[in-house]
Amino acid sequence: MSIAPSALPISMRRIEKRFGSVPVLRDLNLDVEAGEFLTLLGPSGSGKTTLLMVLAGFVRANAGSIRVGDDEIITTPPHKRNIGMVFQTYALFPHMNVFHNIAFPLKQRGVAATETAERVEKALDLVKLQGLGERRVDQLSGGQRQRVALARAIVFEPRIVLMDEPLSALDKGLREHMQIELRALHRRLGMTTVYVTHDQREAITMSDRIAVMNGGRIEQLDKPETLYATPQTRFVAGFIGESNFIPVECRNGSVWYEDRRIHTAAPTPASGQHLMVVRPEKLRLLAANAEQPNGVNVLDATLSDIIYQGDSFVCYAVLRDGRQLTLRDYCRSDVLARMPAPGQPVSLGLDAQDTILVAAE
Amino acid sequence: MRAQPALMQETARADQSLNAHALRADARRESLRLLALLAPSLFLVFAIIIVPIGWLFWLSLFDEAGALSAANYARFFEQASYIKTFVTTFKVAFIVTGACVLLGYPLAYMLSQLPRRAASICLIFVILPFWTSVLVRTYAWLVILQRKGLINSWLIDLGIISQPLSLANNLSGVVIGMTHILLPFLVLPLYASMKTIDTDCLRAGMNLGAGPAATFRQIFFPLSLPGLASGVVIVFVLCLGFFVTPALMGGGKVIMWAMRMEQTTSLYSNWGAGAALGVVLLVVTLALLGLFQWLLGARATGVWSSR
Repeated sequence: MSIAPSALPISMRRIEKRFGSVPVLRDLNLDVEAGEFLTLLGPSGSGKTTLLMVLAGFVRANAGSIRVGDDEIITTPPHKRNIGMVFQTYALFPHMNVFHNIAFPLKQRGVAATETAERVEKALDLVKLQGLGERRVDQLSGGQRQRVALARAIVFEPRIVLMDEPLSALDKGLREHMQIELRALHRRLGMTTVYVTHDQREAITMSDRIAVMNGGRIEQLDKPETLYATPQTRFVAGFIGESNFIPVECRNGSVWYEDRRIHTAAPTPASGQHLMVVRPEKLRLLAANAEQPNGVNVLDATLSDIIYQGDSFVCYAVLRDGRQLTLRDYCRSDVLARMPAPGQPVSLGLDAQDTILVAAE
Repeated sequence: MRAQPALMQETARADQSLNAHALRADARRESLRLLALLAPSLFLVFAIIIVPIGWLFWLSLFDEAGALSAANYARFFEQASYIKTFVTTFKVAFIVTGACVLLGYPLAYMLSQLPRRAASICLIFVILPFWTSVLVRTYAWLVILQRKGLINSWLIDLGIISQPLSLANNLSGVVIGMTHILLPFLVLPLYASMKTIDTDCLRAGMNLGAGPAATFRQIFFPLSLPGLASGVVIVFVLCLGFFVTPALMGGGKVIMWAMRMEQTTSLYSNWGAGAALGVVLLVVTLALLGLFQWLLGARATGVWSSR
């Protein structure tokens, strides 16, 4: 393999950035492991793109340190950072054809013509655009442009590849296809990758780890499955997946919702107000009057509506305190057979292992 | 039961193209209506462009005695003064266009890089001269540049020169005055095209290893070329027909095409000869425009496409 970007770890320490008096990144620390695919996920305005710009060198931080391997690069100008980047708008050079676009970084590095041709050919192969070198940029489809941008970002074997919402301009089908392809390419080449997106599904599909950003800080950094199963803050629980929040109280190491004790698998905080995170797919409709095994929390509610979605259905139920819960399940015949009608009382079950508590803000 | 024969009938007609005749007639009526809407503007173009140019061309075909002849055109090849005027006109046009590019490109670049508010304030200063008449501006330049004008008296007072420089009433006066007047015609289209250059492209250039100078040379400059080309064409074509400034600032030493026309018609009342001068200028200008178009077109189809 001639294109094998060397994988180096990135270590960001106490990065601060203000635009005027508005803080965008606050005392941010982040370590990206060598060869890792790390995603910065957050709503717009959370600072994820600014952090990427600071990494690429287009935005100067007010304070902090960025080390790539052993090198401090916080003051290195962008053209000397040797970091590949895929832009949201691709930023292909419209006055050059595909070949010259991809050859551009090699030309800047003084690579000889024959080697350039070889490496561009290999890069085109990697992104499955063989034979399109002579095409003009405006003759390419959105997906092809995306691939050219990718080829251009990896052809010079950069230490790190940054991607700024690279798939957001593609339609849904192509986007999902490219997610899988990007993931496969990363597995094959093993370059350290920092990916920015606001699409939680995309982040979960592609990443080794996800850093959820909010208000210029990293709220939680974890593997996708850990992030989904055990969100540590209300923001993360609300941003990743769907959640209903039920206020609970901790007293003497046990958890109470109204007069009912809540079972949890994880150790519980000793005291204070907390929120129970209830994922729609973790809730079950319990058979009426059936004896429940231990370790299942039962919530009594009234069914208000059922929405049929083909493969699955969504139930809206209202708790006694007026709080609404959402339940999602697949349309299996046993579930459908005992489906209650709207207006009827229902019992909703939630396993202790699936019961998550986060601090009430 | 009754619906079935009706349906059959329709399918039968569909075989011979259902309603084709009516649809064709409808399309024809629509084109006629559109043509009627266009008629007033077509009439205007005809009355104020086609007719006068046709008349000009017609006039150029008659000599002073009123006989049909090619004498007016033959004169271009026979009289050295005509050829000299022709050469002077192109020389001035080239120098002025070059000066406009040298001054205008950095100016437009600066404007395009300024923050929005600062850029709009600076743009006002670029456009401001448009609000003053060309005649007034030319006289102002005369005051500044003449032998005892501002510049010469300052330079002499400061002891930098002892003899006044001849800045007005010669080629340099013409070039200075015309450059000043034509500069906005280059700056405005160039600025507009520079503003459309995607900053992400420049960032990508840096990211891929090109330093600031290399990014400018390899990305910004090529992408600004279409705007530069249109500015150059506008300035060059305006130069070819310029009258007031060379007439006032040239001191009679710089005779350009338009001045020659004015002399021929008002001094010698030779309308045929003047008309021929006009026709030649028009043809040369059109030929140049065609050449530019062809050059730009060749670029657009090659690798050097402008988005």
